[in-house]
Amino acid sequence: MKEVDLTHLPDMVLVDNEPVFNEPWEAQAFAMVIDLHQKGAFTWAEWASALSTEIQGSELRSYYQHWLCALESLVTVKQLTSTTALEARKTQWHEAAARTPHGEAIELQSD
Amino acid sequence: MHSHDDDDHSHLTDIEARVRALESLLSEKGYIDSASVDKIVQTYETNIGPQNGAHVVAKAWTNPEFNTWLKNDATAAIHSLGYTSRQGEHMVAVFNSADTHHLVVCTLCSCYPWSVLGLPPTWYKSPPFRSRAVIEPRAVLADFGVEISESITIEVHDSTAEIRYLVIPERPENTNNLGETELAKLVTRDSMIGTAVLDKLSATS
Repeated sequence: MKEVDLTHLPDMVLVDNEPVFNEPWEAQAFAMVIDLHQKGAFTWAEWASALSTEIQGSELRSYYQHWLCALESLVTVKQLTSTTALEARKTQWHEAAARTPHGEAIELQSD
Repeated sequence: MHSHDDDDHSHLTDIEARVRALESLLSEKGYIDSASVDKIVQTYETNIGPQNGAHVVAKAWTNPEFNTWLKNDATAAIHSLGYTSRQGEHMVAVFNSADTHHLVVCTLCSCYPWSVLGLPPTWYKSPPFRSRAVIEPRAVLADFGVEISESITIEVHDSTAEIRYLVIPERPENTNNLGETELAKLVTRDSMIGTAVLDKLSATS
């Protein structure tokens, strides 16, 4: 098993009754994985392996950030979409946000 | 003209935009659908939680037949109460006793018995818990305020994508007069991971 240097890790935080998800995007990222798996896009073992790879990597990120990176990685490996398409779509969402008045739902242009 | 820091338009963080990019692309191609994604979120936020595991534990305490079934085939016994895992993994129930205390961890990532406990708490997913639970379980339990006598063996169970563990804590003393429903209310999430033990009831009401 890989050695973990505890001096470089934050202390355990023993919090009870915390919210299941801290932000809406965490819930969305979580649920997309469950839905993709239920619809047969990948096996649960493939998902666990993708997530472990992210977590065992050196980057210090929050748990759901690891989760999101693993999801992006697995959907491109499975060729459900591509890194290029994800990047382009991300830019479109930023542009959509910039033209949406504060408080209104952000929508991609339909044309 | 307005400046860039005007707050009259919306902002997405980089992470929010990445999640929206995934969701919109994958649903356009039919790999996911928004309605089922929303339903999954709602289910995990409200319906699936440690109360499911508490039900399993209380039934094991009060129903010897169920107890035996749970020991022999936890997946089927738990399924019989309506708690089914969609991830297809096998459940194993480990029973605390006077000479053995069980502790569950996932050293690789964060495998966890979702169907009976909901989603894992932050500390379960943290690197210190994942690495230390195996190396020095007694010290980790002490961090949780749980003192396990040296005479009691601590067994640590490392979860995988295929096998998840549910700890069946010892039934607290002074609870002989309680039924399944009342007993279930005494069972805490942490006691089913093994980072807590259930106190005996000082006064049953």
